[in-house]
Amino acid sequence: MSNVLVNEKDIVVPGETLAEGMDNLPGEGTYRQGEKILAGRLGLAHIDGRAVKLIPLSGKYNPKRGDTIICKVTDINFSGWRVDTNSAYSAMLSMKDATSDYIQKGADLTQYYSLGEYMVASIVNVTSQKLIDVTMKGPGLHKLKGGRMLEVSPYKVPRIIGKQGSMVSMIKTATNCRIIVGQNGLVWIQGEPDKELLVVRAIKKIEEDSHLSGLTENIKKFLEAESGVKLGE
Amino acid sequence: MNEDLREHIITLLNSDKRLDGRKPLEYRKPLNIEYGFTKTADGSAKVILGETEVLVGIKMEIGEPYPDRQDEGTIIVGAELIPLSNPNFESGPPGIQAVELARVVDRGIRESSTLDFKKLCIKKGEDIWRVAIDIVTLNDAGNLFDASALGAYAALQNTVFPKFEDGKIIRKEKTTKKLPLKNVPVSVTVCKIGSKFIVDPTSEEEKVIDARLTVASIEDGTLCALQKGGEYALTEEEIAQMLEIGIEKGNELRGALKNG
Amino acid sequence: MVYKKRLDNRGFDEARKIEAKVGVIKKADGSAYFKFGNTWAYAAVYGPRNLFPRFLQDPSKGILRCNYNMMPFSSSEDRVRPGGSRRSKEISRVTAHALLPVLNLDEYPNSVVDVFIELPETEAGSRTAGINAASMALADAGLLMKDLVSSVSVGRVDDKLVVDLDYAEESYPDGPVADIPLAVMPNSGKITLLQMDGLVSKEQLKEVIKMGKKACNQIYEIQKKALKDKYPKHSAGDNNE
Repeated sequence: MSNVLVNEKDIVVPGETLAEGMDNLPGEGTYRQGEKILAGRLGLAHIDGRAVKLIPLSGKYNPKRGDTIICKVTDINFSGWRVDTNSAYSAMLSMKDATSDYIQKGADLTQYYSLGEYMVASIVNVTSQKLIDVTMKGPGLHKLKGGRMLEVSPYKVPRIIGKQGSMVSMIKTATNCRIIVGQNGLVWIQGEPDKELLVVRAIKKIEEDSHLSGLTENIKKFLEAESGVKLGE
Repeated sequence: MNEDLREHIITLLNSDKRLDGRKPLEYRKPLNIEYGFTKTADGSAKVILGETEVLVGIKMEIGEPYPDRQDEGTIIVGAELIPLSNPNFESGPPGIQAVELARVVDRGIRESSTLDFKKLCIKKGEDIWRVAIDIVTLNDAGNLFDASALGAYAALQNTVFPKFEDGKIIRKEKTTKKLPLKNVPVSVTVCKIGSKFIVDPTSEEEKVIDARLTVASIEDGTLCALQKGGEYALTEEEIAQMLEIGIEKGNELRGALKNG
Repeated sequence: MVYKKRLDNRGFDEARKIEAKVGVIKKADGSAYFKFGNTWAYAAVYGPRNLFPRFLQDPSKGILRCNYNMMPFSSSEDRVRPGGSRRSKEISRVTAHALLPVLNLDEYPNSVVDVFIELPETEAGSRTAGINAASMALADAGLLMKDLVSSVSVGRVDDKLVVDLDYAEESYPDGPVADIPLAVMPNSGKITLLQMDGLVSKEQLKEVIKMGKKACNQIYEIQKKALKDKYPKHSAGDNNE
């Protein structure tokens, strides 16, 4: 007999029993111990067919190949730029991944990216020892000028972006701000001062309420009330 | 390293705005003081200023007077910027930043004469009360100077003498006797970014400050301690303006303290 | 002499009043406080994050560092001199070892998870309060964990075994006293901290562990609730079933 002991979207803590018996499979964030499936971290229970999974609620960004992230130049050396990825690991941006220009030996690399500058980059490689390479070659990858940076939980990024980008486009429409959401939990916002603040408030609200149902409708109401902009379907 | 941030903050300040929507000379909310958060101290206060939280606790100790002040007690102020409160703080003995903070708070209290050191003398030339004021940061979201100074004064207000008998403190017994306090010194740190002044900087704003002036004053506007910081110089006119702001905002902070 | 009744009227197997809260330090990646009566521990977790100097790094997994510190005004005796003591170093070490068995740091090679435990108020049992707070803070930080860790001190006061000794009991004048802090992984029942000073028999120790586990199960329920309470708007009514 198999028995799932939690409901969909229940908050569970590490070590809590999620299911008993051998009919279910331990999914992401869980582990099997004898007949039981237990939670391997804090999260929301999610039952996906026979698999019992956990959706994380918190945690640092874990770099993954193919992610588009926002990073910051922290050092420049002979071979390129060292960038902070808002995770436990920094990444390298090599000259060949930075630009198609031919860079002369000994050239001043700050003319491309200088210390403290932010950029939207893509992760091309992560080794088992977490050495990371990023590239600037690809659509939508560029330097970020002006605006402000907001830090959010990387696990809330999918909710902030929404299905096919619906949530973030709704915020853009309501505020007329430029917004870029990095998978690593950094969000770049640029627009009118008051509108930038409204974006910050909206995103914080999404973070807080992300585990509740009816999120899109609630955020829509919030944005309409605060901005006066009527948002369509 | 933070040129973009600085530029953005200055652009906002040009239209009298800040990153978090405040006016340049506006303190964060809430501003709360919680008296007596710990029973092990002889007096304590927790200050909540926006997201910044600072704990101040006081232990009354017996000491020997200074050779040149045989009939006076004293205060000693320590500050610990603990790594629990900010990812950039490190464990270990107080660093240069903590020492500056402790000394600025010390001067604000000592020089205001709010504590009559003569009343802290137990026996001339032998025993005096030493008021050990310890500041510990709980969450550093900016402006530790003002929060710590406010907390230190509030903790003094909250302090009662422990029992003193046969040359020793009986820690288990407290008296109801309060510290003799007169003035109410408060500190306001006025910061300059570009050509603009702000008070109560957040951590982000602190990264791009050109200069700061901590203005400690008492109720009648008399200054009791100053500390200029930051890498850039200030003109006389700027200092005059910063003093005005410091004194005026000081009255506002004093409002958060309990009377008497 | 016989210890008939506890000095503060608690039952022999009863801990002091417990209070726990998660998410109390905004700057931290995870945080909590835990109180046993007047003993109060904050814990903050930062990480996994970059570890320097490089020679400290372990290329096979992340490392855990714990730092236990009493605030200067936190003792009911004299002011505690800042900067740490031999005692606080030892407690930091046993705390790390009490927590490591539940942590999975394989995913974070070369990095560090820092746990800072700070006590604003203490009256016996501070290391166990610190471990309870730290275990909640680690879960709050979203780290991969097999289980939580729950901790309590069990002791001998004269002829009786008691749970969660307080300050007065630790210095009980009329008979022998032993203090045995222990920590348990509640779901497996395994023990991750065991220390003792004082004198007890082997038989008494077995009973101590039994009492400790029982108390830890109650503490575990409080820790669990505090973690779930961080998400107050979440109501069971939203469930699909």
